[in-house]
Amino acid sequence: MSSLAPRPLTPSLRRLRALARAELTLLGRNRGVVSTALLAPLALPFSVRPALDQLDLEKQGISVGAAMFTASVGFAFLFAVYSALVNAYVARREELVLKRLRTGELTDTEILAGTALPALALGLAQALVLGVGCAVLLHAGAPRAPYLTLLGLVSGLVLSAALAALTASVTRTVESGQVTGLPLVFVSMTGSGIMFPTEVMPEKLASVCELLPLSPAIRLVRAGWTGHMSAHEALGALATALAWTVLAVFAVRRWFRWEPRR
Amino acid sequence: MHTDGHENAIEVTDLRRVYGGGFEAVRGITFSVARGEVFALLGTNGAGKTSTVELLEGLAAPAGGRVRVLGHDPHRERAAVRPRTGVMLQEGGFPAELTVAETARMWAGCTSHARPRDEVLDLVGLTSKAGVRVKQLSGGERRRLDLALALLGDPEVLFLDEPTTGLDAEGRRDTWELVRGLRDAGTTVLLTTHYLEEAEDLADRLAILHEGRIAASGTPAEVTAGRPSRMSFELPEGYFLGDLPPLADLGVCGHESDGRVVRLRTRELQRTATAVLAWAERTGVELRALDVRSASLEEAFLGIARAEEATA
Repeated sequence: MSSLAPRPLTPSLRRLRALARAELTLLGRNRGVVSTALLAPLALPFSVRPALDQLDLEKQGISVGAAMFTASVGFAFLFAVYSALVNAYVARREELVLKRLRTGELTDTEILAGTALPALALGLAQALVLGVGCAVLLHAGAPRAPYLTLLGLVSGLVLSAALAALTASVTRTVESGQVTGLPLVFVSMTGSGIMFPTEVMPEKLASVCELLPLSPAIRLVRAGWTGHMSAHEALGALATALAWTVLAVFAVRRWFRWEPRR
Repeated sequence: MHTDGHENAIEVTDLRRVYGGGFEAVRGITFSVARGEVFALLGTNGAGKTSTVELLEGLAAPAGGRVRVLGHDPHRERAAVRPRTGVMLQEGGFPAELTVAETARMWAGCTSHARPRDEVLDLVGLTSKAGVRVKQLSGGERRRLDLALALLGDPEVLFLDEPTTGLDAEGRRDTWELVRGLRDAGTTVLLTTHYLEEAEDLADRLAILHEGRIAASGTPAEVTAGRPSRMSFELPEGYFLGDLPPLADLGVCGHESDGRVVRLRTRELQRTATAVLAWAERTGVELRALDVRSASLEEAFLGIARAEEATA
């Protein structure tokens, strides 16, 4: 190296911000994705309310407000983050944007993270608005262990983004993304405690469903509200969420496609 | 200026690239590009130009051989190489819904010591399009936006994959002018093209790729040396090839004649041309469609393709 002082390089955060800003602009210009991402988490939980009313939730110590908040957060994971990002990753790959970004200084992780940031922020904002809404409008009261809800939110958002990248790896076009994304959406809605709590399932089925990717995040979100979770259970849920995240990140690093198939 | 003491900006040794299906696109090529040099990779479509450049850009790992850009492996040591290189891909790769200015802002935010955005847009003549969405740009305008972004970080090494494809004559001349300016400022440029005059005009040295191998390389003069020059003309009615003086005496090394149209190949162009014109003057014959040209890359290029066909 010479004695010349090296010119300072762009820090990672500045690159992330630049990419996230562009992606936010694009998100704002995609009406289809925006309306699904915004409306689904707001509207769908109210459609599950009649079903919730028929379940004997009080016996499980779950208020209707807490159940609906959980459902809304689950929909935010699935629509505002997961489906929106499958769309974004595939669209950027097919436009050769990901390939172009890789010719620059961004690392692969920065490219995936920067693209995900606006959707993650949108999901988080929705959860916060919904949380306040449920607490006030449905008299659900304040969460008893907010740190558990927060842990659940963060782990669920990160895992949703990682699973979106993984789904994008096996998705050829934006249109087919609506199909390849379905399995996780369906399995999570029914099995991960989004539409109805896993507690109302037969015990054996419930213990299997607790191992599904988004189950731990949903359990943590709800337990934060009800306060019904031992430290032991919370650690178990976190470990499951972490295991899924590590698995998804590993799979993405191994199989993510940066260019369209020829 | 040079911080790591490497003579060559790019060094490629026995490079190979094999695609998933087993297709071997690059079959063991070796070349180097000195600092400040403009180097052209020439070849027909499918010759392996883009496959090679992508390995130099570090977008993929080679199946065999070695690449060094500014002394580093561009694939494994991305962080060391990328701040010092600029890349123009063969095809854009910009979100269709962003404007030109938004695209440049995004790229500037991801680039160390970026030049002012307006400066590079001005450089490629896109200032008036700053507010236009990428999807509304013409093909040529997109190429120029790509070039602007490749120049944004003031790169030491610039990769241009078919920089003028899709440009009109004026745009092509502007791009050539820009590349010459960059070379004068000390930038190393590696470009691919299938326009022979582009390589002849811009490149200090070049390599002709054919089916994944280097068929010829050197300065344009070296590559064309040994290739015959050409002379062609049309004889008036009643005259035939046989009416000319003996061809061997004119220094002609090959000929074709198609009715009254005569095509001669020669390694002594001045001698051949002088003799033919003197004969025409003497006999009072007017040669129509007279065309005299030195050995060109085109000749070399076609020669390589012909040789391949002959061995096939």
